[in-house]
Amino acid sequence: MTNAIRFVLLSCLLVSGSIGAQEPTPPDVLVKNVTTEVVEIIAKDKEIRSGNRAKLIEVIDAKVLPHFNFGSMTALAMGQNWRTATPEQKKQLIDAFRTLLVRTYASALAAYSEQKFDYRPLRAKPTDTDVTVQVRVIQPGAQPVPIDYSMEKTPSGWKVYDVMVGGVSLVANYRTEFANVVRNSGIDGLIKDLQTKNRVLEQKK
Amino acid sequence: MNRLVLLLAVLAVSGCATSPDADPRDPLEPMNRAVYKFNDTFDEAIAKPVATVYRDLLHVEIRSRVSNFFSNIQDIFIGVNNLLQGKLQDGVEDWARFAFNSTIGLAGIHDVASDMGIEKHNEDFGQTFGRWGAGPGPYLILPFLGSSTLRDAGGTAVDWYVAPLQHARPIALRNTLYGVYLINTRAELIEAGNILEQAALDRYVFQRDAYLQRRRSLIYDGSPPRERNDVNDPPEPSVK
Repeated sequence: MTNAIRFVLLSCLLVSGSIGAQEPTPPDVLVKNVTTEVVEIIAKDKEIRSGNRAKLIEVIDAKVLPHFNFGSMTALAMGQNWRTATPEQKKQLIDAFRTLLVRTYASALAAYSEQKFDYRPLRAKPTDTDVTVQVRVIQPGAQPVPIDYSMEKTPSGWKVYDVMVGGVSLVANYRTEFANVVRNSGIDGLIKDLQTKNRVLEQKK
Repeated sequence: MNRLVLLLAVLAVSGCATSPDADPRDPLEPMNRAVYKFNDTFDEAIAKPVATVYRDLLHVEIRSRVSNFFSNIQDIFIGVNNLLQGKLQDGVEDWARFAFNSTIGLAGIHDVASDMGIEKHNEDFGQTFGRWGAGPGPYLILPFLGSSTLRDAGGTAVDWYVAPLQHARPIALRNTLYGVYLINTRAELIEAGNILEQAALDRYVFQRDAYLQRRRSLIYDGSPPRERNDVNDPPEPSVK
């Protein structure tokens, strides 16, 4: 009898345990944890603070990138042109765009990581699969800068597919640029432009 | 003021010749790009170097006092604009900020109001016109001032016309205040400028789109109604 109860209890635990594992970290908690962790790493690391960009990018690669869906970001920035791209072109676009965004993100982080962050309560239903997580950067003597992360629920957890800084959507902002280049020199032209841009930035360091 | 009106008239006339695949929001692109280039040259040669020296010379504490001083004066008309837009509570908060910061905050150099939880707002006449229903009109690059639109240029003209600094006397004092204000403002933008340079394939286009998005967001105080083709519409199928 006691064995039977024990068995039932144990299987309940196992089942609830596995359900718990399937339910991903809520998006607002995820954003807060990752931001806090990265800011702490920067605060402790003398090399990054004195301008070691390569090391900062390593940190971003390890801690931040897994939570971004660069496929969605690139598709949204490409708009209509995404459908006409070949799988190989898509792969190259995603790679090049990711490199550019990471570098830009590193610069922004290096410049603003000492500010205070204010995490807004998430306004979403538990069933939502597309939410906006709002963070605000507090700066003395100026209106706080809102940073909104658009996030979608995927089988591998919540992923960011757009970032809005002060009301400016990063993805929307690249849409005109990308469309202009594609109109003039095709998708391969855009890939080349992005790669060239990345190489120039790489050399500048 | 008169000069600005004249400038706008010239801009409007010179904008007649446009290429067929021009962005509908930016019919004056060829001329805007010329002014952009002029501004860029001026910035590289004079404004940015001066702002960089200013930044390196003065400790961040002092610079933030300077920012606070000007920010405090602007709260008066931020309040006026909030009232004009029917946002009574925001307007009263702006004036409360001005009252606290001008007194306890020692002529505004300490932003005690923010510490008390009275938040700073961002308003100007361009936003008020937008709130009243004025569309942005064609995108404009103003000499020295940079990104604007027809509506916002009109707003900026009113902003400058009513600005308390305008009435500072003697004239030498007024000019000094303006000089410090402009250098300090440029110094605040050094980091942002570097990031823009990194992020953009075509800086002109990137900056234009960011400006137009930003203004739209500001007019609706951070939550603009969704547009067709908005990025926030359901995302396309995920791509791995």
